[in-house]
Amino acid sequence: MGSFQILEHTGEIGILAYGNTAVQAFSQAARGMFSFMIDLDAVEEHEVRHVEAEGPDIEALLVAWLNELIYLFDVEGLVFKSFHVQEMDDTHLKALCYGERLDVERHRFSIGPKAATYHMLEVKKESEASGWRARVILDI
Amino acid sequence: MTSKWEKVLRRIDDYRWEIPMDYKEGMLVPGIVYADDKMIKKIKEDQSLEQVANVAFLPGIVYASLAMPDIHWGYGFPVGGVAATRADDGVISPGGVGFDINCGVRFLRTDLTEAEVKSRLERLVETLYLNIPTGVGSKGKIPVKRDRDLDEVMTTGAHWAVAMGFGDPEDTLATEEGGAIAGADPRAVGQKARERGLPQLGTLGSGNHFLEVEAVDEIFDPAVASVLGIDQVGQVTVMMHCGSRGFGHQVCTDYLKIVEAASKEYEFLLPDRQLASVPVNSPEGKEYLGAMRCAANFAWANRQCITHWTRESFQQVFDKSWRELGIRQVYDVAHNIAKIERHKVGGKDMELCVHRKGATRSFPAGSGAIPAKYRDVGQPVLVPGDMGRYSFLAVGSGMAMEGSFGSTCHGAGRTESRGGAKRLLKGRDIQQELREQGIIVRAHGGWASLAEEAPVAYKDVADVVEVCHNAGLCKKVARMRPLGVIKG
Repeated sequence: MGSFQILEHTGEIGILAYGNTAVQAFSQAARGMFSFMIDLDAVEEHEVRHVEAEGPDIEALLVAWLNELIYLFDVEGLVFKSFHVQEMDDTHLKALCYGERLDVERHRFSIGPKAATYHMLEVKKESEASGWRARVILDI
Repeated sequence: MTSKWEKVLRRIDDYRWEIPMDYKEGMLVPGIVYADDKMIKKIKEDQSLEQVANVAFLPGIVYASLAMPDIHWGYGFPVGGVAATRADDGVISPGGVGFDINCGVRFLRTDLTEAEVKSRLERLVETLYLNIPTGVGSKGKIPVKRDRDLDEVMTTGAHWAVAMGFGDPEDTLATEEGGAIAGADPRAVGQKARERGLPQLGTLGSGNHFLEVEAVDEIFDPAVASVLGIDQVGQVTVMMHCGSRGFGHQVCTDYLKIVEAASKEYEFLLPDRQLASVPVNSPEGKEYLGAMRCAANFAWANRQCITHWTRESFQQVFDKSWRELGIRQVYDVAHNIAKIERHKVGGKDMELCVHRKGATRSFPAGSGAIPAKYRDVGQPVLVPGDMGRYSFLAVGSGMAMEGSFGSTCHGAGRTESRGGAKRLLKGRDIQQELREQGIIVRAHGGWASLAEEAPVAYKDVADVVEVCHNAGLCKKVARMRPLGVIKG
C-alpha cells in the first residue's frame, strides 16, 4: 500500500511518499497532500473524478499529477481520499480519484496549497526491498 | 551548516555580506545579503544562502544575486530575493516571481482617529468580514461571467474595477504601474487559469493574506508623512495584503511546465529545477511575460475591488461617505513580479529583467515611474508585519537604485513552519490574547489560521525595516499598529 510523511519547512511543506511501485508512491503522495489540507478520515467518497496528467519525465509527472488535483480542489472544491491509478508510465498517468466537496468544518480544513514545485523533486526506485520513494515540495 | 558559512561569507560593510563567486562553480556573479549581525546568524541556519548562490547561475544575471533582510528559504529562489538579468540576452524565470504573481500590499489613509473608531471597532471588523469575501472556497461577488470580461481584467487591471464602479480613478494614479502593467497578453493565459480566476476575482484569499484597520503609532518623518496623507499619531489607516489568487498560481504552474521543458533545449546549467528559465527574448519568455502581466493586473483589479468594499464598510459603520471620511489611497505595491527596467550597472545604462520575489520596488525622489505627487519624496513602500505587531510605511531611496536595483524588503519573513507555530501555541486562545491587546480578529479558518500567522511564526518586521533603513534601501516614514484584522 505504501505510506507518506510530511516534512515541514518555514514557508512550504514537503511530502515523502513510499510505495512498492511507482503507482503506490504517487497515490501516497496525493494522500499526503490532502492529509495536510484536511482530516482524511472525515472524507467520504461520494464523488469520483477521472484525472490525467503528463510530463517529460516521471518527476515532472508527479508535479503535474499533484497540480491537477490542486486545480480540481480550487475549481470544484473537491478533496480526495483515495486514488486508483489505472495507467501509468514515466510520462503519463490516468487515475480515478474518490472524494467529496470540501466541508470546511467537517473536514477540519487547514490550508490549500498553491502548487507543487520542482524544488528538491525526486522520484526513484531505491531498491527491490524498499521500493519507490518520491519527494515533492508544495508551495502553500 | 553554520560553520560552512562562517568560512564562506565575507562582510562588505555594516549591513551587507557577500557570497563570493568562487563559493560554487557556475556562479556568474556574487551573492549579496542585506542583514545585520543578529539576523545573519539566523539566516545561516537554513538553506536560504545556498539558494542565493544558486540564483547566481542564471544566464545573463548582472551585478549580484541579492537577498533582502527578510529572506527565508523558498522553493528554488529564496523569498526576499532580487535578481536582474540582461533583457536582450539574459533569462526570465517564473520561479523568480513565484506562484502568487503580484502578491502585494495596498495602503489607505483616513481622517478618522483611533478614539473615534474605538467604540465601533467590533462592528467595523464584522462589517469588513461580511463585505469582503475571505477564505477558502469564497466566491467573488462580481459579475465576471464571460471570458471577454476576464480579458479586460487582464489587460486593464484596476481600471476595469473602477469602470465597474469599484473605487475612484484617483486610486489607479496611486498604484504601481498606474494599476495595470502594459504588455499583458490574454492569449498567453490558459483555460485552467481562467477557470480558477473567474470565481475568485474579488476575494481576499487565505494563509498570510489579510486586511487590517490600523492606527498610526509613530511618525519618523513628519514632512514626508504629510505628503503621503499621514498627519498624526492615532490616525486610522487600512492595509491589505493579497495577490492574484488561483489565477496567478495556475499561470505560474502552467509556465513552469513550459519553461522547464524549453530550458532543456537551451542547455542551461541550473542547480535547481525550480530555477527553470528561458531567454527573455524567446517565444516562451515573451509568452510568460505576457501571461505574468495578466496575473499582475488581475491582482490589481482584485485589490481595487477590496478597496471599494472597505470604503463601503466604513460608510455603513460611520454613516458618512468615504470622501467625507477622507479614505484615500496612499499607494499599492507588488512584491512578487518581474519588470523590464533600466538601471545603471558598472556605470553603463542597461535594460534589465528585474525579478522581485518577496521584495518591493523602492524608487527614489525624482523617479519618473512614481506618481507626480510623490516625486519630491520618493515612492511609498508598504511593509506589512504579522497580525499582532506592526506594519511600516517608508519611501524609496537613491541608495536602493545603486545597491539593489531599486528594491527593498517586503515584510517580516517566516521563522516557524505552520505546524511549528501551531505546536508552540497549542492550548492558547489567540483570539482572546489579541483582544486583550486591543486587537479584534476575525479569521475564516479559526484557531489554526490564527496560530499559523501569529507573531511567534515571524521575524520582527521592525528589525527588517531598520536594516533596510540603515542600509539605505528605503527610509522609514511611519509605523502603524493593528486595531482590527480580517483574514481567511
